Formats: sequence, structure tokens, C-alpha cells
Amino acid sequence: MRRSAGWRRWWPEAAAAAGLLIAPFVLPFLGFSPDTVNRIVVWGLFGLGFDLLFGYTGLLSFGQSAFFGTGGFIAAYLLTKNLIASVLLALCIGTIGAAIAGVLVGLIALRRTGIYFAMITVAIAEVFFFVENSPLSDYTGGENGIPGVPAPAFDLGFLKFQVGTGWSMYWFLAACFFVGLVIARRIVASPVGAILVAIRDNPQRVQALGHSTGAYKLVIFVIAAAYAGFAGGLLGVLQGYMPPDAFTFDTSGQLVIQTVIGGTGTLFGPLAGAAVWLYLRDFLQGPMGLGNAWRLGLGLIFVLLVCFLRRGIIGGIRQLFARPPAPAPEETPIALAAPTLVSVGPAARRRVPENGHSGPILQAQGLTKRYGGLLANRDITFSVEEGELRGVIGPNGAGKSTFFKMLTCEVPPTSGTIRFHGHDITGRGVAQVCQLGLTKSYQVNQLFVRLTVRQNVTIAALAERRGMFKPDLLRGLHRVPGLDVQVEQTLALVNLSARADTPVAELAYGEKRRLEIGLALASSPTLLLLDEPLAGMSPRERAETVQLLRNIRRGRTLVIVEHDMDAMFDLAERITVLHEGTLLAEGTPAEIQRNSFVQEAYLGGVAAA
Amino acid sequence: MLSWPNFFSQFFNGLALGALLALISSGLTIIYGTLGVLNLAHGAMFMLGGYAGFVAWQHTGSFALAVLAGSLFMVVVGVLIERVVIRNFYRRPHEDQILVTFGIGIVLVELVRLGFGSDTVSIQPPAWAMGVTPLGFLIYPTYRIVVLGIAAAALLVLYFVLYRTRIGMIVRAGIEDSGMVDILGINVNHVFMLVFGIGAMAAGFAGIVNAPVVALTPDAGDTILVETFVVVVIGGVGSFPGAVLGGLIAGEILSLTSMVDPSYSEVMLFAVMTLVLVLRPQGLLGQQDRA
Repeated sequence: MRRSAGWRRWWPEAAAAAGLLIAPFVLPFLGFSPDTVNRIVVWGLFGLGFDLLFGYTGLLSFGQSAFFGTGGFIAAYLLTKNLIASVLLALCIGTIGAAIAGVLVGLIALRRTGIYFAMITVAIAEVFFFVENSPLSDYTGGENGIPGVPAPAFDLGFLKFQVGTGWSMYWFLAACFFVGLVIARRIVASPVGAILVAIRDNPQRVQALGHSTGAYKLVIFVIAAAYAGFAGGLLGVLQGYMPPDAFTFDTSGQLVIQTVIGGTGTLFGPLAGAAVWLYLRDFLQGPMGLGNAWRLGLGLIFVLLVCFLRRGIIGGIRQLFARPPAPAPEETPIALAAPTLVSVGPAARRRVPENGHSGPILQAQGLTKRYGGLLANRDITFSVEEGELRGVIGPNGAGKSTFFKMLTCEVPPTSGTIRFHGHDITGRGVAQVCQLGLTKSYQVNQLFVRLTVRQNVTIAALAERRGMFKPDLLRGLHRVPGLDVQVEQTLALVNLSARADTPVAELAYGEKRRLEIGLALASSPTLLLLDEPLAGMSPRERAETVQLLRNIRRGRTLVIVEHDMDAMFDLAERITVLHEGTLLAEGTPAEIQRNSFVQEAYLGGVAAA
Repeated sequence: MLSWPNFFSQFFNGLALGALLALISSGLTIIYGTLGVLNLAHGAMFMLGGYAGFVAWQHTGSFALAVLAGSLFMVVVGVLIERVVIRNFYRRPHEDQILVTFGIGIVLVELVRLGFGSDTVSIQPPAWAMGVTPLGFLIYPTYRIVVLGIAAAALLVLYFVLYRTRIGMIVRAGIEDSGMVDILGINVNHVFMLVFGIGAMAAGFAGIVNAPVVALTPDAGDTILVETFVVVVIGGVGSFPGAVLGGLIAGEILSLTSMVDPSYSEVMLFAVMTLVLVLRPQGLLGQQDRA
């Protein structure tokens, strides 16, 4: 995500263009027929969308055949019935048709994640096959498909160009692939692309940071469907015939296999995988005379790659050339002595509409949470003044975490209301509440472990900069106004600037804890909840984090749940004590220390006696 | 044709098909519930079981021996696959597990294709189960009644094993929380291996029993796999009762709608699945937090 010199950003496109240009002059010597190359290009284009969906976003669909077939049959129908003369226009209409199908399927399939998603996509793709085969067979030709799909012809006035077969067709397909590649790379480099990769890692945190995960998933699902639809149309044009097996499970399976063999998350993987698949098919079936055994060979290769080289061919090559990870630099301690020099980070931005409210920033009234027979919180009334640093303590099982989850709207209360800046936020989603400026850092780190520190913070800052959802698919990530500044300020505040380009997996525990707080900070909250920020830290890390908390509290309102009493009595102005799900006491640290109920709750009956 | 005999005949077909689907789906669902792995090779295992039964039947001529030998063969295959491949995937993401079982499925299918070709093969039912049985107002193929009986019996055995034996209790505890079972000092590895073997056997057993009804091809598992997914989505992933209920529902939908128009029966099945997903996303008998 780092800003790189102009030409270097474009080298993959340039390399792809060069590769596509020289392919017809090189590949024949390796035994590729023009027809094989053309199929590779079509499958490569099909795979661009699938790689965005699976490789980047982590959504494994086994139903892409539905869109491949839809796009293909719409285009073929329009062309063969002479409803539309222009091949390119028909292809575009087919693409739109596939995208619409993508919206409908996505709305159903994306209701669930993981294995459910995979199963549902399989099942829905089967529906498309059956519908094509029987009810719509008057239009699609049923088992016969649609023959006689014409090749495109271009008339530019001064130049007429009729696409034929073989290499003539190749130039048309290659041009389509190149355009598809450029668009896909733009999407990857856009803010949406950054969020998609984060969704693959940890969708819940993406949502908690204020992004509408569902909307982004649907967008990429539809984009993948559109790529599939366009590729399906090209298949008909290439063959002069639209085959019904475009709709079969085998088509979806072949796409998955090719993408994994080539390498997911690379965009070029599907192309490479298609080359391996089709070359092996030609080679093993023809010269080797193995007949059907080529599929067995491919199956074995596929299983071995999944077991031992999940990155695929392109990923493996990349890994060979990757630089070894840089050693961790000597840590500079958080500026303990000169707080005036410390960056204050992104300013807390008030995003709640002005309503003349002047009372407490947060007011919870009668909060109760019941899990079946278990009463986790009972009738808690709680308010925090603007600018305050509030501590919440309580023995294990006092209901602190449930209480926090209700305040950030991660779980809805059974009864009671929550007001933020005077607005009732009860029952709103966690993303909406984060957008209003109320967020939390987690007790157990919820980071994007496959991304770098800077990328992590960027995801958080993007939510604040762009809102819950914005389909700016073709805009460069660094063109989001104010984003880079906000990210750098946050990194400086949590003292991770020197580690900005380190993958999270390589961070030390203390650094991960600081990044966890940094994620919450980067969304510029007016009210920040911290769930046990000192948990599991060494004494030195504790001292540093306490200093960090002092630094970040300026200009912000903080509520901290913590077990470390010394730190809490030192930091907080007021302390709330929870015990057995209810509010036990509230007051200044000195009052709380003297309170006999609190002593009893912590030390048992002995202190009270 | 809409008539009472036809309706009942289709209804019984639905029961037999449903019981088979329930059996196959139980295998898939207990594997997922216990191991956390979605087995995309399940359709291939159904098919492989059929071929194993076919080989045994060819050599012995006995249907009972074919069922027995084929089932045992599938347990061995399941255990081997778990030991050699699946075991290394418990700590890897769901996608990788799906991919590797998908690959295993392809390898199994292509191995069978290599050995037996793409032409269909079929097993003959035992002599006493051939022909038709009069059921009052309706004449019904005897073997279909046998299928219903065998599948129902197999489901009962599975129920007994899961709910009335020590190993079944461990498996059900593993479905709830396999980590906890491990902590309690039970060797989860052995349980996982056994469950995968049982799951593979359930699919393979169904494959053999179904072989006299529908002829076998190497691709026979594809449709079954998809239908099994639908069953599990309807019933709820990881739930044995859900698999049984979902199986019966799916069997009846497929059979009864084909009475009106066969080309719409699969579509109807998926329409019901979509309805369940919209109204009750965790499946009819599934739990909220699974998957």
C-alpha cells in the first residue's frame, strides 16, 4: 500500500501487455495451439473475477458456472436471434445479466459464511443448470446449446476488421483480458480492495471498525459474477457455439482448481493455472495417449499443491524472490518524559448531528442482559461526562465484558437504553455506532494478521474517512483525502512508526496490544472503550501502555475495563465497580478504596468483619 | 398423472430416496460436526462404495456380501484418507479443507474411471427382492421397499451408536466442543479417525444399496453431493436429527414434484432451501452459532 514511483506501479500491466503481445510468437514452439491459447485467455479472464472473490476476499464460491453460463447464453441468444448486431454490445448485456444474477444469488448466499457459503453456491449453481436445461430450453437450446454465435467485426470508418479464428481471435480476446486485468488491478489498489483483504482476515473487526462488511462482500460477489458473465460470452464467441456444460458444476470446479494451481490472490494465478490445465489436457491426451487419465494427473497435482504449496505456482515463485523479513529494530520507549512532544494522533471528530445536547457523552439506563437463564447484567445505570477517564473494575465474572459489548452495540441489551451524545443508539449495529464515534479496543487482539501494521491502521482510518460504504472501486487508496496523514499520526501516537511495514504476525505481544489500541484510535472516536488494555503485559510494557493511555486521553473520553487496580486508581478520575452483574459502587479512587462493599466483593467477608 | 396410486407410489419413492439421502447426509454432518471439515469428497465416496459393492457382488454373487464388503472397504478408505491427508488440515482454514477434499473427490472419481471406464455398471438385487409387491391398491417394486427398510435400519443403527454407546457420547460431545473432549483426556485423534471412517461408510453403504435402483457411473456422486448439501442446509449443519428430517423433506420434494413436472423437481428443492435460508438461516434443527 506504500506509494511507489509512478512507473513501478504499472510494471505488472506493462509485463502483462508484453507477455500477451509476444505469446503468439513464442507459445506455438512450446506446443500450444492457437485454440488452446485462446481458451487459456478466456479462463484467465473468468478467473480474474474469481480471484478477487476468493483470493482477495476469502469467499470460496463453487457456483461461478451460474454466471459464466448466464452471461454466455444471454450474449449468444441476442446474437443468434439477430436482436443485436454488435458482438461487443451483446457481450456487455450478457455481463450485466450475469451481474444481476450475481445480486440475486449474493443476497441469498452471503447470508452465511464459510462452509455454508460454499454449499449454497454449489446448490444455486445447480438450479441455474436445471433452469437452462429444461424450463428455458426454448431459448437456450437445452442440451444442444446455441450454435452459430458470430465473431465480432469492427468498423472504425477508415478501418474494417473482421475477427476470424485462431490468432485473429486471439488479439480480440487478449485485448479483452488486458482491459479486465487493468480494472481488476485498479480494484485491488482501491480503498475497497484494501477493505476486501481485511475482510478475508477478520470480517468481524472490519465491521466493528465501521465498515459495512455485507455491502462490500456483495459488491465483490457481483463483480466476480460480471467477470464470469463476460468470459462466458467470450467462450461462445470463441467456439462459435454456446455449450450447455458452461453451466455445470465441472465448470465451477475447473475454475477453482485452475486458480489454486496458479496461485490465489495474484490475479495472474488463474491464467497460469488455465495454461497448466489445458496444456496438460492437450499433452497427456494427445502425444502421451493417456486418454482420460489426464484428469487423474491434474487431481493429484491439485491435492499435492493444496497440501504443500497452497500459494500455487505464482505464489511459489513470488516467495522465492521475496526478501527475508527485516529484524525488529531496537524499540524506542514511549516518550515518558516529554509529553508535550508526543503526537496527539488523529483528532477526535464529532460526527453525531448537533442536537443541543449538553449532558453526559454516554448515558446507559437500566441495562439488562439475559442469556437464557443466566443474568449477565442487571439494571445498570451508567453515565460518562465528556473528557472524563472512567475506570470500570470488578472481580472475574462481574459482567464487565458483556456490559462493554452492549455499550458498543455488539450485543443488544435485553432491556434498557443507551444514549450517545444524547442520541438513542440502542439496537443499532456496531458499524453504525463506530461511525458515530464510539468504538472499543478488544481484550483479545482482533488484528488483521496477514496485513502490515500500516495496512491495519489504514483499514480503521478508511472507515472514518469514507463512511460505512462507498463503492470507489477505481480510485487509488492514497487519493482518499487526509488518509495518509491520519494513518501516520496514529502510528506515531502508538509508537509503531518504525514498524509500519512489518506484518502483524511478526510483531511482539506488546506491539500487538498497542496496535489493537491504535486501530480503535485511527477511527477518531469521541468515546473510546478499552477492554483490559494491560492484559498479559510485562511490567515494562505496562508502564509504557499506561503512559500511552495518558497521552491518548487528551481530547478524548475514555472508559477502561482493567484488572490492574494500581494502574486504574492512578489513571482514572472516577471508578465504577461491577459485581455479579450489577453496579456495586461508583466514585473517586479514594472513595472506592474506602468503600466497604467493594472491599467485601474483592476480599470476601474478612475485610467487612 | 395425478391419481391416488401414483401419489402413493411417488410418496414411497420419496421415502426411500429420503432415507438414503438422510443416511448420506448423516455421514457428512457428523464429519463436519466432529472434525469441522466439510467433506466435498462425500459424493465420490457414495460412488466408490457402489463400485466396491459391485466388485464384491461380481466375485461372490451375493448381495449381502457386497453390502458388507463394500461397507468395510469404505471404512478402510475413510480411515486412510483421514490419516494421510485430512489430519494435516485441522489447523488450516476452512477453505483449504474444502479444497483438499474436493481434490480427493476428483482423484477417487478418476481412479474409478480409469479402472472401470465411463460406462454404467449395476448390481442385481437378491432374487427374493426382485419383482413387485402388491400393496392393496398399488403395485410397488419390491426392491424399493427393501431400500427403504435397509436405509431406515441403517439410520436406526447410526442413531443407536450415536445416542446409546460410549463412543457415540464422545462423538456428540466432540460435536459440541472437541477441544473440551481433548482436555478431558479422551484421545480425539482416534475419535476423529473413527468418525471419518463411519461417515465414509454411511455414504458408501448408501451407494451400494442404491446401485440396483440407479446404475453406477464414475460421476454418480456429483448430483448426490449437491443434494446432500441441500439436505444439510435445510436440516442444519452438524445435526443428526436435522440430516434425517432434511433428507426426508428433500426426498419427498424430489419425488412428489416430479409427479407434476420432473424438470422442475430439482428447482423446487432449491426453492425450499432458499426459503429455509431466509426464514431460519441455521437450518430447521441447527444451532445458531454453528458455522
